[in-house]
Amino acid sequence: MNSLELSSLYQLTVVRFRLLFREPEAIFWIFIFPILLAVGLGIAFRNRPADVLQVGATTTQLTQALNADKGLTATTMDEAAGTQVLATGSILLLAIQRPEGVAYKFDDTNPDARTARLLVDRAIQTAAGRSDAVRAENELVHETGARYVDFVVPGLLGMNLMGSAMWGLGFSIVEARQKKLLKRLVASPMPRWQYLASFLLSRLAMLVVEVAVFLGFARVAFGVPFRGSLVQLGLLCVLTSLAFSALGLLVASRAKTMEAASGLMNLVMLPMWILSGVFFSATRFPVAIQPLVRALPLTAAIDALRGNMLQGMNIGQMIARVGILLAWFVLPFAVSLRIFRWR
Amino acid sequence: MMNGTKKADGPSLLLRGVRKAFADVKAVDGLDLEVARGECFGLLGPNGAGKTTTIEICEGLTTPDAGTVELLGLNWRTGASELRQRIGVQLQETQFPDKLTVEETLRLFRSFFKRGISVDESIETAQLEEKRRSRVVGLSGGQKQRLAMACALVGDPELLFLDEPTTGLDPQARRHLWDLVDRLKQAGRTIILTTHYMEEAERLCDRVAIMDHGRVIALGTPQQLIATVGGEDIVEFAVASGETSRAVVNAALLKAIPGVQSLDVDEGLHRLSVSELHTAVPRIFAVLREQGLHLSEFRTHSASLEDVFVRLTGRNLRDE
Repeated sequence: MNSLELSSLYQLTVVRFRLLFREPEAIFWIFIFPILLAVGLGIAFRNRPADVLQVGATTTQLTQALNADKGLTATTMDEAAGTQVLATGSILLLAIQRPEGVAYKFDDTNPDARTARLLVDRAIQTAAGRSDAVRAENELVHETGARYVDFVVPGLLGMNLMGSAMWGLGFSIVEARQKKLLKRLVASPMPRWQYLASFLLSRLAMLVVEVAVFLGFARVAFGVPFRGSLVQLGLLCVLTSLAFSALGLLVASRAKTMEAASGLMNLVMLPMWILSGVFFSATRFPVAIQPLVRALPLTAAIDALRGNMLQGMNIGQMIARVGILLAWFVLPFAVSLRIFRWR
Repeated sequence: MMNGTKKADGPSLLLRGVRKAFADVKAVDGLDLEVARGECFGLLGPNGAGKTTTIEICEGLTTPDAGTVELLGLNWRTGASELRQRIGVQLQETQFPDKLTVEETLRLFRSFFKRGISVDESIETAQLEEKRRSRVVGLSGGQKQRLAMACALVGDPELLFLDEPTTGLDPQARRHLWDLVDRLKQAGRTIILTTHYMEEAERLCDRVAIMDHGRVIALGTPQQLIATVGGEDIVEFAVASGETSRAVVNAALLKAIPGVQSLDVDEGLHRLSVSELHTAVPRIFAVLREQGLHLSEFRTHSASLEDVFVRLTGRNLRDE
């Protein structure tokens, strides 16, 4: 045996890896599940190209004028037929030729119909010879980063970091306690801090793979932007994972059975799944509970990840969120070291 | 092998006035014990007698309410980290991770000790060579216990604690484990074990403390303890003659031997209770020789410790 194999910290960490990789379900939940979720959400909320609006007109001249606009498709129909079609929603607006000019029939509570009104009027006025007072040009941008998938990917990343850290630590420790393995370990000369450190080390190593796989997929499949520094993104992931590892440790520090532990885990994680803005912005919750929502580690983590990835913010600009995460790392860790039950 | 520390000749284990209560149950109620180096010492008693609490106090896993505990001249308050390196521990019902192999488990435990035997050596000692690459989940009960034993041995301990090492094993696996303990004894280690099996204590231990309700109610070699009941020896043998592998000897001839108190024969196995073993055995041999019979099995053992417990408490050991 070489000296590495004789090191207990190395052995403990390697054991963590072996146990993880020999548990096929764990691989699914950590690697495959978040990707499936991102794919599903990406498909459901994909952004469609700008719609072409359906309109009707009572004369062929009007129809021609309207069809000249790329945003409109016009059909010729008489007023009675047009009114009927309008009522069924097949067209958004009917342009009626009147002796004194043109009348537009549309529902002004429908935003699409209001857009159609603007386009139709512009097309007819242009065809009639109106020239623009101010020369205007369109510069089209199809912005990545404003889509739903861009919003949800950092949310899923945060949620995944929470789940894998808490389950990874909490469950393994409680299982070892229940099987009296913890007791056997402390009866040996194993340094106790190394046991806990081996969880953090294996977590961090797994994190690299986990985050790279998930974000790599999001980048390739959806073109999700990375506007901030990748190094800082990595740091945020590490900090998030440490905070949730500490929380997992706290949950596991006294629990004697797996049932008690999983109940506690869900109690801790469920509010965050709902409140922390994984799938929609946490700002939608009432002002009264915002201080609570902001103080949750997952909210801080997801906000920081979104800040980095979508807004290109650096850690200095997000010091409050980083501070909240740090506090969630230090306090639960300190408490669990004090109350940890080794047998 | 032994570290040349002070008090090298002192006892391996010394307990004085040790007490431990859980809620209102006195698990250990004023215990004094002294175990010499190289001795195999047994704590014997029914479930709930305080054996496990006692051994866990010795192992530094439980802090006693009162009394002093000294191991190898050290105590748990000031010498814990050195003690952990020098003792080996096998606990009741430890479940090692199912998905690790025997070798991986031992490599992990070996890494905790500054010095010790190699993983290969521990596998060999525990006779787990064939299972080296098997996962723990696929081991039999006996193999799991031998793995637990190997984990206790990787640090080459001077003092070895075995808590009910054979509980729940079938007779063959139990005998296998006894052989292993025998070899460890021969290597000169001090062994402290708990058991509620009489034959195990008699077979393995140089001295035995019988415990009941947290107290030692009898202490001595198994022979001494049995002698207190008015000890007798038991001689068991089987004979072969020509074709028959288990022949039956004429009962009258055997009963005529001075010192033979009774005889019964069970499927060719003769069981005699004998009061003067040293004179009776040569006469038994002489009778067999005259009959032209050859011994295929022969053993003697003292009457059981079970009787000692029954005499002292009026209860059976395994009833509880």
